This record gives sequence, structure tokens and C-alpha cells, in this order.
Amino acid sequence: MKRLLSLAVFASTALALATPALAQTVFLSTQLRPIEEATAVRQEILNGVDAKVDYVVEEPPQFAVRMEAERQAGKHTISLVGALHGELSPLADKDSLEPLDDLAKRLAANGMPQSLLDLGKLGKSTQQYIPWMQATYVMAAHKDALQYLPEGADINALTYDQLIAWGKKMEEATGQPQIGFPAGPKGLMARFFEGYFYPSFTGGVVRTFKNADAAAGWEKFKELWTVVTPTSTNYDFMQEPLAAGEVMVAWDHVARLKNAISASPDDYVVFPAPAGPKGRGYMPVVAGLAIPKGAPDAAGATKVIEHLATQDTQLLTAQLVGFFPTLNVQLPEDLDKGVALLAGAVTATQSAKDAVISLLPVGLGDKGGEFNKVYMDSFQRIVLRSEPVADVLKSQGETMAKLMADTKAPCWAPDAKSNGACPVE
Amino acid sequence: MPGPHAILNYTRRLRGPMTNNRTWIPYLLILPSVAFLALLFVVPLVQTIWLAFSDNGLPSLANMRTMAGDLNFLPSVRNTFLLTIAVVPVQVVIALVMGTLVAKVGAGRETILWIWTIPLGISDLAAGMVWLSILQNTGYLNSLLFSLGLIERQTSWLTYQTPVALFIGIAVAEIWRGTAIVMVIIVAGLNQVPKEFKEAAEIFGAGPWTRFFRITLPLIRPALQSALILRTVLAFEVFAVVYALGGRNFPVLVGEAYTWQNQNQNYGVAGAYAVLIMVISLAATVVYLKAIKVDPERLP
Repeated sequence: MKRLLSLAVFASTALALATPALAQTVFLSTQLRPIEEATAVRQEILNGVDAKVDYVVEEPPQFAVRMEAERQAGKHTISLVGALHGELSPLADKDSLEPLDDLAKRLAANGMPQSLLDLGKLGKSTQQYIPWMQATYVMAAHKDALQYLPEGADINALTYDQLIAWGKKMEEATGQPQIGFPAGPKGLMARFFEGYFYPSFTGGVVRTFKNADAAAGWEKFKELWTVVTPTSTNYDFMQEPLAAGEVMVAWDHVARLKNAISASPDDYVVFPAPAGPKGRGYMPVVAGLAIPKGAPDAAGATKVIEHLATQDTQLLTAQLVGFFPTLNVQLPEDLDKGVALLAGAVTATQSAKDAVISLLPVGLGDKGGEFNKVYMDSFQRIVLRSEPVADVLKSQGETMAKLMADTKAPCWAPDAKSNGACPVE
Repeated sequence: MPGPHAILNYTRRLRGPMTNNRTWIPYLLILPSVAFLALLFVVPLVQTIWLAFSDNGLPSLANMRTMAGDLNFLPSVRNTFLLTIAVVPVQVVIALVMGTLVAKVGAGRETILWIWTIPLGISDLAAGMVWLSILQNTGYLNSLLFSLGLIERQTSWLTYQTPVALFIGIAVAEIWRGTAIVMVIIVAGLNQVPKEFKEAAEIFGAGPWTRFFRITLPLIRPALQSALILRTVLAFEVFAVVYALGGRNFPVLVGEAYTWQNQNQNYGVAGAYAVLIMVISLAATVVYLKAIKVDPERLP
């Protein structure tokens, strides 16, 4: 009996180990990780692909480690990866992605904007990834906050001065600061500085890091911070404090606001981030699909990409998970009400007259984290520790210049183009 | 009068020569565990040290310089030490009190011990989340204070603007979570103190305090030493509770190592922090081994 049992255990283990070897296209993604979203991908979004797809998710740091391990070992299990632009950039840097130029040409013919496809080259001559879905950052406010909006302010064309005035009025009326930012350990605050604050106040990101406009901007931001709740440095996803009533106004990634807004769409307004002296900075977020070199099933992966890039799938994705299409398509009227609100704010941001687009960093390789750190360290020192602005910008500017020199990353929009590494002026 | 251990050692010495012809057996028996440690501990250790002291494959102090020059380095060292100094003595005192109390209990002793060790069975992060649900803005503490009329609206306890409240919150959570392990070791030590000694002291008229300081405390030294080493090393490695409650408002050494590895994707600096934590832990262990001398006869 005992022998039979151990035999059974052995057989089931052997079977479990052998299963992944069966022909399946393994699709590893850092996006759509929460269980509801992953289930939507497995059961609905990937429905109709003419291949057996195994959708697996991994947190970004583990994703980087796993890809590097497979590259070093030369033993590939993953046929398709889905990740953010910045997460794919280190892979392209190590030449570990298959060029996808033929596919890109076909998709361009199907109505994928060339500007978006060009992002997928990651600064190289060949197509490294196919844009999969996109998002951006917006602001959301509880409707109760609207009564405190300063006179004459248009919520779709706010300025930083008006936001500060609004925050002051809300604090006076309610007794505590009502504006929140995701400045916690897993929050996306660094993107606020890179894509919103710097472009709005200086018209650049790297070149203008420590100039006079930046110094003036930081002073303004300190003023704003007096009406921001200090609990902001604990917030990771603004949908939670918004839904809990801890803050009335918040800035965050659309996917990190979606739960609060979809849960009670009638209680919220969603609108573009404010504008500074140089315009209304905003940063598009692009997730891409790529095939690693040595992928066991490149043909199956190509089929999955083609499926995900069809109009129907892209609209379904928007409806189910709140990421927007990369194809030029109209969102249907019967969309989830919360997603429709978010989509409206995204359109308002993109079509704002004073919009300043801030592209995702290119060419930083695996230094993307340290690039974010330069902004977050400046924020911590200037705003949280009240160190003098000029001193902080000078020393952080040196760190930035060294980072750029080490990676030789050329400037990206809104900074003017550079020959060689992007300079800090 | 020779203690039980001395007698045991004596009999061991008597038996010694008989096993001399098979001296290789003990080594053979510990070989698997040594090989296991070498493979899964020494190799990663050497790799981590190399990671910390190299840059692009060449020996370098660049990672150490980056670590020491970082704005969160000094705060994280200070916070880690402050927390250790605040938490460990309190835990030892509480554990001694709990151990002494439970020694007097007859019926229900097991149940009480079982309840006291519940925090031991909860993961660090879960313990952090439990305290977060108490201390956050919409947490139980604020609800209680509000219903008592002590506060008028949500009060923040865990922000960078309230460093003292944040420190106390983290220290209390750590004390709650980590005292059980100290208590378990101390209760084991107390169980080994022979009753005869106490009875003899009572006959000679020693009060409870004298008995505690002159008999119990010296006799549980080995247990105390183990508890202090274990607890202090764990205190230097504090992370999940701090991460849950304070995020990056309260930088600690392991938290910084995590941030450098995960957020900043710089394994070298993360390695430098790991090496620093190891050096501090080893130093603390040596200090305890020297400071709390244990009678060699009482060693196992």
C-alpha cells in the first residue's frame, strides 16, 4: 500500500513537472496582475486566440530578474511578454527582444498611429515592442469639493494657483487638508514630477532640472503641499483614500483611480492635471507586447499580439480593465460609467490647447529606478525636510548629470533633442 | 555541589575512549547539514559580499560610497538603532514578568501560554497590517478616541509630521509581535531552575526580590543570552511592520536594502546594505557573548 502511495505521489509530481513542457504559449505580464483583471484576460480578452495561451503575471522587479535569468541560462520558457515601456527598455538594451518590424507595418495599416509605434522602437532602428494599451494620469474630485472651487476656475483648465486656492478653501471649510498624492512607497509620485510638474513649470524634464524656473516651481509646490494631506507619503493607490473619504481631490494613474470611480461614478468628477507657466504637462503610459529572443513559440506569440491589437479586443480591454486602446478607435457609448469618466478626462488632457506632452524616458536601461529617485529625493529634501531649494537642486542636478552621462541617454520630449547624453543645464 | 550538567560532562568524558575507534561518524552525520549550509548560505553570502564590493566586475567601494552618501542612510541607521534600544529591553522585561507570572499559575497554564504565543504565529506583514488597521486615519484608535469625545475629527498618527507618534506606534507593534519569542525562551530557562534553590533561600529568609535577583536571574543567564541575541539580531532586521505602518516615512536598514533592490534596481547598493546589517548583527552577537558570561559548565 505504502509503495503504491509513493508511486502515485511520484507519478503526479512527474506529471506536474512535465505539464509546462506541453506546447503552450506562455504570456508573462507585469500589467493586469490583480486577480479580477487576470481572470478577465484569461477568460474574455484572450478568448478566440487560435493557440493555447498560458497567461502568467509577475511583479515588475521579479519580472526583470526572471527575464535576466532566462537570458543568462539560455533556457527560454516565455514566448510573449507584456510590460510597460520602461520595463521593456532594459530588455531591449541587452538585445534580448525579437525585432517586430513586419508586424508593426501591418498594424500601422490597421490604424495604429505611427507616433505610438515609434515609441516601441525604444530608440533603436528596429521595432522592439508593439504598443498594447495606454493610459495616463488624471485628477479626480468628489463632487462635494466642487462648492469650494475658486470663482472663475474651469475644472477642465485648472492652474496650479487655482489648485492651491481650492485646497486652501477646502482646508478652511473642513478643518483638514483635502488634496492627496500617491507619495507612498509603491505610489507613482515620481511620474508626477517627471510628467506633470517639471514640464508644466520648466518646459523640460532633464535639461531644465535645476534652472531658475525649476527653483520657482519648487517654491510653488511647497505652497501647494501646505494644503496636501501629510498622509500622502503613505498612499500608494489614491482610489483607497478617495473611497474612504480621507481626501476629496487626488491625482493618480487612471487604473489606480478606477475602482473608486467605477464604484460610484455619480459622486466624482475627473479632470486634467493643472497647468503651470509653461503649459499643462502630461505623460502617456504605454504598455507593450514583445517577443523575447529564443522564445519557444514565437509564431503563437505573434498570433496573440495580432489578436490583442484588433479593434474588438482593444475595446473589450478598455471596458474590462480601464486601459485605453492604442488603435485609433472611438470608445462605445455603453462603456462602464467610471471608465467613460476617466476616458473623458484623458481626452480633455490630450486635446488641451496648452498640453505639453512628456514622453517616457528612453535609453536609461536599468537606471530607470535611480532616475525616479533623483526626483523623489529632491521632493523629500525640499518639501519634507525643508532644505534650501538651490542647494538641493545643485547636488541632485549633479546626480542627474552623472546618471545621464553613465547611460548616454539622449534627451526626449519635452526636452530639446541632444547629441549624445542629455545635459543638465 | 556539582550541577547536573557537570555530572553529565563527567560521564561523557568516561565514555569517550570507547567511541574513539569511530571518530569519523559524528563528522559523517553532520556532513549533510554542513553541505546544505555551504550551498544555500555560504555561496549566496560570498556572492552578496562580492556584489557589495564590486562595480562592473571590478573590486570597488562605489556601492559603499553611494550607500553612505544617500539621504536616507543616516536616518535609517539612527532609526534602526533607536528602535532596537527601545524595543529589546522592554521585551525582555515583559517576557520576564510574563514568565514569572505563568510559573505561579497551576491550572490553565498551557492555555495562557498558548494565547501569549499567538503573535508568534502571525507573519510580520500581517502583524503590521493589524496595527495599521488600528492606527490609520480611519482606524480603530481614532474611532475610539472620537467616540470618547477626545478628538473632533480624524487624526493622523503615522505621518512624517508626527515622528514621535509614528515611532511609538511602530515600537508598540514590534513589542506586541516580538515579545512571545523572548518569553518562550525565558519560560524554558525558568523551568530548568531547580525548586530546591528557591526553597533553601526561603528558609534562610530571602524575600521575593532577593530570590529573583540572586537566584533566578543568574540561573537563567544562558536562556537570557540566547533570547537577547535572537531578539537583537531580529530587531536589526526589522522591516515588514515598519513598512506597513510607516512606509518610507521611517527608513530602516532592511527597508533601504529592499528599496534599492526593488525600486531603484541597483543590486550593488542593496548588497552593501545587506553586508552592513550582517556586520552589525555579528557585532551585537559578540557583545552579548562577552557581556553576559555563561558558566561553561552550564553550556550544553
